[in-house]
Amino acid sequence: MMPLLTTKGLSRHFGGLRAVDGVDFALMPGEIRAIIGPNGAGKTTFVSLLSGRIRPSSGMIVFDGADITGMPAYQRVRLGVAYTFQITSVFANLTAFDNVALPVQRTLTDGRSKGAVRTGVMEALARTGLADRAGTPAGQLSYGHQRLLEVAMGLALKPRLLILDEPTQGLADSEIDNFIELVHEIAKRATVLLIEHNMPVVMQLADRITVFNSGRILAEGTPEQIRANTDVQDAYLGATHG
Amino acid sequence: MRDASPAKTYALHVGVIALLFVLNFVLPDYHQGLFARIMALAVFAMGYNLLFGYVGLLSLGHAMFFSAGLYGAGLTVYHLGWGVPEAFVAGVACGALLALAIGLLALRTSGVAFMIVTMMFAQVFYLLILYFAAWTGGDQGLVIQQASRVISIGGASLDLTNSTVRYMNALALFSVVLLITLAIVRSRFGRVLVAIRENEERTKMLGYDTVANKLAAVVASGAICAASGAAYALLFGYVGSSFASVQYSILPLLWVLLGGAATTLGPLVGTLFMYYVTDIASGFTSAYLLIVGVALILLVLFFPKGILGTIRERWLGWLP
Repeated sequence: MMPLLTTKGLSRHFGGLRAVDGVDFALMPGEIRAIIGPNGAGKTTFVSLLSGRIRPSSGMIVFDGADITGMPAYQRVRLGVAYTFQITSVFANLTAFDNVALPVQRTLTDGRSKGAVRTGVMEALARTGLADRAGTPAGQLSYGHQRLLEVAMGLALKPRLLILDEPTQGLADSEIDNFIELVHEIAKRATVLLIEHNMPVVMQLADRITVFNSGRILAEGTPEQIRANTDVQDAYLGATHG
Repeated sequence: MRDASPAKTYALHVGVIALLFVLNFVLPDYHQGLFARIMALAVFAMGYNLLFGYVGLLSLGHAMFFSAGLYGAGLTVYHLGWGVPEAFVAGVACGALLALAIGLLALRTSGVAFMIVTMMFAQVFYLLILYFAAWTGGDQGLVIQQASRVISIGGASLDLTNSTVRYMNALALFSVVLLITLAIVRSRFGRVLVAIRENEERTKMLGYDTVANKLAAVVASGAICAASGAAYALLFGYVGSSFASVQYSILPLLWVLLGGAATTLGPLVGTLFMYYVTDIASGFTSAYLLIVGVALILLVLFFPKGILGTIRERWLGWLP
């Protein structure tokens, strides 16, 4: 099977800092992949390169067989690469409905169908459990609900690859259970790449895990392999989990 | 916000238009003339509001779009002897083309740089008008004769110097632009514009080409402002360089801020308010600008979102 996304020698330097340093990475269609690693390992920079929010210093990104290295972010979104932000950045002054309507209306090819936007929005809101809050300005939602709204917006883009940057940060335990269910649900239709610090979530969700350290890939494998890897234990798991 | 009460929204806008229609027959002559002027200039404010209120782009150069319409219509009538409708279209086309060119250049910047770049372009436009005084009349301007300001349709003719005809034409333009603005604001395009104002980076990550959307907004805004300028030239018969000066870039900003940025009726309210405060104050003292200034400061202090913006925030959340 051909990978959905590959990178070759992908690098991004900020001055002397090699935030991402020659990364070769491949993602198979349909998998749930978690990226873990200590703070400053280059995880967010790496997914920002994939989404096109920042440009690489060198290297190449291929999505579904096409070179997208130089493509602007909005065109990558149209190809199916959706990105949800680490820092919640919903449109605070717009209602939850309008927040989701923005991605929904863009994916509609038929510009006339007024009902289609409403249907699409309510479907995405229902899947994230926010249907009864459609009319609430996003800024007035609880933090957990704002995170879910982010996911709803990502879903509404009908992505082929959904990149989630620390999606469970700030969620309550009960919300995390729902979230795990939601990601499993999403993965039926899309490939999921998530950065996550919460190890129980990673172990429950990920098919495979990629461990970053100092801008490079330290290890890659199934959750069991990663748990057993001594390098990873030294660099990351051991350091934070005793 | 959207879809909440379209019927109420349309009723309000049609009601305002009907009220303005009735006022033509009620108002004394002086106020009838003033209202015609206010409606024509409220169109200018609406065009400005589309860009400033909804997209969040603060331009300090909109006098150039207004005067592109003013001169586009005025010069074709004066030098080429064009009829009123053709001249009006020429004016709007000039504004739209200018906006396209300026937009392509100025949208490379944002924030303060955008303000300065638009202001500089407007200054260039103003100086060009003075430089080509042989055609534009320079700082004296041009007076368009009454005979040129008649629309003939079949056998009938409409004399734009007649106060009722003038009022009705200003009202017609105002109504059309008001309804166009309302339609834009409620459309999908309008939703994207507001999203750009709120968070451009995020809007890009939803797959929108924000530069193209902003350019479309600049062109729409420029065309509307030019329509106002073209109507002004044809209705009031004067084309002058003072309309291209920096003052006329600041005025629409003030009108919109007063009435309420990002409200469809705010530009009318702001223009109306400012004209009447100036008018009333000048009846009492020659230092009327002082009173206008104090009124502005009080408004900004106590109604930072403008008159309609505050009303929307406190009482009527459904106002578009």
